[in-house]
Amino acid sequence: MVMVFSGDQPLHRVLAGLGERVEGHRPFPRFRLHRADWRSMVDELSANRWTLLGLWGEPRTVHVALRADMTGEVAVASMDCTTGGFPSLSTVRPSAIRLERAVQDLYGLVAEGLTDPRPWLDHGTWGTARPLGTAPEPRGTAGQPEPYPVLPVEGHGLHQIPVGPVHAGIIEPGHFRFTANGETVVRLEERLGYVHKGIEGLMAGRPVAEAARLAARISGDSTVAHSLAFARAVEAALGLEPPPRAVWLRALMAELERIANHLGDIGAIANDAAFAFLLAELSQLRERVLRTADACFGHRLMMDRVVPGGVAVDLPEDGARRLLALVDELRRRFPPLVRVYDGKASLQDRTVSTGQVAMGLANRFGAGGFVGRASGRGQDARRSPSYPPYDDLEFEIPVTTEGDVNARVWIRIREVEQSLSLVEQIVKRMPGVPRSQDGSTPLPLAPLPQGSDAGAGEGMALVEGFRGEILTWVRLEPGGTVGRCHPRDPSWFQWPLLEAAIEGNIVADFPLCNKSFNCSYSGHDL
Amino acid sequence: MFRHILGHLTEGPVTEPAPEPGIDALAELGLRVRAAAQARLGRSLSIREVDAGSCNGCELEIHALNNPIYDLDRFGLRFVASPRHADVLLVTGPVTRNMEEALRRTWDATPEPKWVIAAGACAIDGGIFAGSYAVTGGVDAVIPVDLRIPGCPPRPVELLEGLLALLEVSGG
Repeated sequence: MVMVFSGDQPLHRVLAGLGERVEGHRPFPRFRLHRADWRSMVDELSANRWTLLGLWGEPRTVHVALRADMTGEVAVASMDCTTGGFPSLSTVRPSAIRLERAVQDLYGLVAEGLTDPRPWLDHGTWGTARPLGTAPEPRGTAGQPEPYPVLPVEGHGLHQIPVGPVHAGIIEPGHFRFTANGETVVRLEERLGYVHKGIEGLMAGRPVAEAARLAARISGDSTVAHSLAFARAVEAALGLEPPPRAVWLRALMAELERIANHLGDIGAIANDAAFAFLLAELSQLRERVLRTADACFGHRLMMDRVVPGGVAVDLPEDGARRLLALVDELRRRFPPLVRVYDGKASLQDRTVSTGQVAMGLANRFGAGGFVGRASGRGQDARRSPSYPPYDDLEFEIPVTTEGDVNARVWIRIREVEQSLSLVEQIVKRMPGVPRSQDGSTPLPLAPLPQGSDAGAGEGMALVEGFRGEILTWVRLEPGGTVGRCHPRDPSWFQWPLLEAAIEGNIVADFPLCNKSFNCSYSGHDL
Repeated sequence: MFRHILGHLTEGPVTEPAPEPGIDALAELGLRVRAAAQARLGRSLSIREVDAGSCNGCELEIHALNNPIYDLDRFGLRFVASPRHADVLLVTGPVTRNMEEALRRTWDATPEPKWVIAAGACAIDGGIFAGSYAVTGGVDAVIPVDLRIPGCPPRPVELLEGLLALLEVSGG
């Protein structure tokens, strides 16, 4: 069947018509645009439904990554900001607003026409302005935050509830400003950036191996996924192929990470509806996954196990047996708990129709993961652009259109089932351990070129973490150091939708909505 | 669900025995805490967790302490929602500049006597993030620290060992 989509033009052809292609950017093309051409691109964005995948800065350059969802074409467009600024994308892509605010804060590049020019990551506490730009300047007193103008709210009977940055639970810090009319939330405004650690600045100039350790600590719950995205970006830049067994071991770890996080999330969502039973049960299953990961890879969260070139550990002798036993156990213990979730009217009463996100909004923001898939957006980086070994594995991507808390729970349930199947397939079909002639078993790890052999290059990777699609872009300098790296967590495009999801719901349902999103603070704040 | 609960009643608890208190952690804490705590606290300690810029890895493992396998409650240790109810601040992360004031205010809001635990490599000295423009470089750059629990992240057992060490000394 041939499907014809009217409207969208081929992304690569449009960008090639606007600018010149940059050599050495892999695997997706990058185009350098002049200012007028960048403006034309902004116009094209309003005419086409290309998804904004990311927007990041360098001291003198701004980059934007786009995808034509229908065809899967991905490309990067760049503009040298000779006048210190660039035309903003915020009027045609609201998902660009916070990214552009971050570029302004970190690099001092001005997003001209930005619809919300307030600072974002910069709270005025760094003692320096534009810390990664061409000319950082001393500003303010370190540690002393500057006042932040929250959006004005006018209306009869409205009151505000400020929450955070230190929250009541054991969670990450951020500030939520609720405006409520009685019990009903009429607006939520998020303020993030509290856990900004300066990761992009720390990565610059570091050897690849050190930067990889930073990538593993962008968001602890997605350590495998972020490490994989960084590794794949570096390998793309170097034109390096990791050994086949490493590719399968990485997918194995990524699926274990997905299962562990989803199990924890489903339990925590139920707990936020005061149904502690499921948390108690599911947190035991999560613990089983983490212990198996520990026994197989030597770390409960599998931190620093995926590295550029391959993997840092291989499975122990009894690894396959342990993993298949885990799959068996979860297939036995998980379905009865799903039936408990589905059968409790008091729980359903809290989750069904709560915190709805419309499909149009999910598409507009390019939201991935369970947030997108619960609102009818079926994008999954394992399928498109896809990467090995997923092109060789059988799995389905669950999608539903209700867009409420319940839908986000069900997407997770279905993904646990799919990931269990993936783990089983991987363990059974993984390439065997290579043996060298002396009988030893070398790690599945391709050595990175060192010193003068290490060439420069640019690479980009799209990897599906448990939250959704991670984009990592890297420029390597000659000698094997990182010139610039930008990891874009899926949370960037999910946080804004949480503001929409809570609108019209009662304040007491916020924890439920928030947990059903489970956006990363650290991954977003960097 | 009721079959589940019945099963748990007949099978006994899934909870594992407690680990031995960490020797190093005990030594580090010293006599200072004991003198202050003996008279004023029973065995029950209330903990307020503060994420001061962690990657969230430490939080995941602190969460695990509450699962039925580690079951922190049985030691009289529990996590509370407000620093005003807390005896102990369990702080993670390298303390970002953007969290510096919030951490200090949380400490100010915690009534005396109080103890601070720096949990994880970042909280101890900034860890891998030390030297960044956006990071102070560890909890003791902002508030005094009584106990340090290393690890990236510390395993639940290691967190438990550290907390037990604090409890045994402060409880007398």
